[in-house]
Amino acid sequence: MPEFISNNLPYLLAGISVGGQYALIAIGYTMVYGILRLINFAHGDVFMVAGLVMVYATASLPIYVSIVLVVVVTVLLGVIIEKVAYKPLRSAPRMSVMISAIGVSYLLQNCALYFTGGLPQIYPEIPILTKQVAVGAGSTKMVTLVTPILTIVLVVALVLLIRYTKVGMAMRAVSRDFETSELMGIKINNVIRLTFVIGCFLAAVGSLLYFSNYASVIPTSGAMPGLKAFVAAVFGGIGSVPGAVIGAFIIGICENIIKGMGWTAFSDAFTFVLLIVILLAKPTGIFGEKATDKV
Amino acid sequence: MKKILALLLAGCMAFALCACGNTGTDADADADANASGDTIVIGVYEPMSGDNGAGGKQEVLGMQYANSIEPTVDIDGKTYNVKLEVVDNESSNDKAVSAANTLIAKKPSIVLGSYGSGVSIAASDTFANAGVPAVGVSCTNPQVTQGNDHYFRICFIEPFQGPVLANFAKDELNAKKVYCLGQLGNDYDQGLINYFKEEAEGNLGMECIVDAFPEGNSDFNSYLTNAKNQGADVIFAPCSISYAQLIIEQAAAQGITQPILAGDTWDSNTVVAMAQGKNIKIYVSTFYAEGGDAEFEAGFKEWLNSDATNKNNNGGNDMIAAVSVMGYDAYFTALEALKAAKSTDPADVMAALPNVKYTGISGEIVFNEVGDADRHMAYIKVNNSETGVWDLAKVQEANAD
Repeated sequence: MPEFISNNLPYLLAGISVGGQYALIAIGYTMVYGILRLINFAHGDVFMVAGLVMVYATASLPIYVSIVLVVVVTVLLGVIIEKVAYKPLRSAPRMSVMISAIGVSYLLQNCALYFTGGLPQIYPEIPILTKQVAVGAGSTKMVTLVTPILTIVLVVALVLLIRYTKVGMAMRAVSRDFETSELMGIKINNVIRLTFVIGCFLAAVGSLLYFSNYASVIPTSGAMPGLKAFVAAVFGGIGSVPGAVIGAFIIGICENIIKGMGWTAFSDAFTFVLLIVILLAKPTGIFGEKATDKV
Repeated sequence: MKKILALLLAGCMAFALCACGNTGTDADADADANASGDTIVIGVYEPMSGDNGAGGKQEVLGMQYANSIEPTVDIDGKTYNVKLEVVDNESSNDKAVSAANTLIAKKPSIVLGSYGSGVSIAASDTFANAGVPAVGVSCTNPQVTQGNDHYFRICFIEPFQGPVLANFAKDELNAKKVYCLGQLGNDYDQGLINYFKEEAEGNLGMECIVDAFPEGNSDFNSYLTNAKNQGADVIFAPCSISYAQLIIEQAAAQGITQPILAGDTWDSNTVVAMAQGKNIKIYVSTFYAEGGDAEFEAGFKEWLNSDATNKNNNGGNDMIAAVSVMGYDAYFTALEALKAAKSTDPADVMAALPNVKYTGISGEIVFNEVGDADRHMAYIKVNNSETGVWDLAKVQEANAD
């Protein structure tokens, strides 16, 4: 039995860690959807840009200054995207905004292709995250252990913010009814901007954790984690923050267990089969409520 | 405010369009000049981006260096300027055909490339239909040249490389059980694993466990745990460089002590740089080992260091990749073919190619009936994790067959 645990512990650790990273991205999807009814396809690419900013920032700045810079730049990028690509389309049909989001996604990928010249960039080592630690018989990076803890702390903080603060109340109101909350004096543009700020902040933190683990950034690095985070958000009930987090952990862990069982070729297929099954069986996801809207 | 913004954006787009339009017409003008003037075009069909971008760039560097040394060629008494037209196939089989068509539109007399077998196979028919001969530089899958008359190749092939690696694993690493990891549906990875497995299980009595990962995968922790749990004593991972970096990083993090064995793709300074300072052993088989030709190396390094872009494309330092040497040899092989053809017509070049002989930096190049160069030697290199360079481990010859 101890041997069984020590053999399989690495799969579980990898699963929890990758699940936490998906969770941080998934929150960005789910919050934007909750408020704007928009699937922000560019979110995965914002995550990738955060990775690239780190690569270029550390070339000339100390590592901890770079981390701050990454967070600031990513948040700014999110706010700018919202302002340029989504805000002018607020009264347009929802499909137009979605297409605009896809456009932004490709724009970011191609800009990254231009700047990196298509070469994979080696992500810098963040000493506290990339330090080796012994777990059981094997060893892993510190980031594997930090990720789930940090994710849970951030999510609890976010849920408290939504539930008990004035802005949180405004967010919940806007997600229920756009027009009415505007009539009630809520500045919806500020609320939407705040949503993007929070989403992008979490994506920046997610990118620090993710790329510390998988230390290579390419222009399409954001695509797969982005898609999986999106599936996680749908799985948990899109619009629900705790749902997205639980969905992300389930997907991360299942994926790695499947790889451990020797069906490595099907690990990605599993994620998307799960999406189809959920959409058929429970279209609102595990935490989704019927008809009513939520953040 | 909104209008100004919209105008600005529209302006940017219009500008971008104009910029594209301009380069387009330039290229057309060049193509016209080629047809009439005394310039000859050698098409370079290589990945400059995507998973194999780093390797493709190094291969092109070899050609560009060769071009800078010998920018002209005498064909039937007339001197032509040689122009390299580089087209990026983005390391992707579904972009391959349109890239090949773009290249054909530039009217090359001969095409060099590609790094990566999948893209070469995908574009093969396009070159065949256009009647343009192609010379593979470092694509090692046998299917590239099989069953056609227009594709040639100057490097060794997987039925050679696979067994060489298998023998090395047995003789030098005492391997009994090998964990083979390749990308799903990648012609190079799967081909090499197949030939490795055939030799290892068929002739050497080793055991192989084959595993595959999907394209775009970045989490190799579970694969490495699989290797460890199944008691493999060597990991064989002939995949592209992007994945190599991730595998090395995660293997080091997990404390994997088993040596990692790989094919010619891993022979890159980005791989060895990744392994620097990590407790990990990597063995690769390749076409050329540094130190083979001092004169060439000194010249190439000087050329690399003289231009920041070149150095950047080589991964930021002046280490010489085997594929750069192959690119260099491919360029001169192409010149030989043009001289032998006594014409710039692709059809004549194709007819002349089978009899071309050239002794390059990487050895003698003679094509056999399939169109492959006969190669009997592979260099096995091992990383030096202290200095971050490759050391030569062994020169492995093919077995008697």
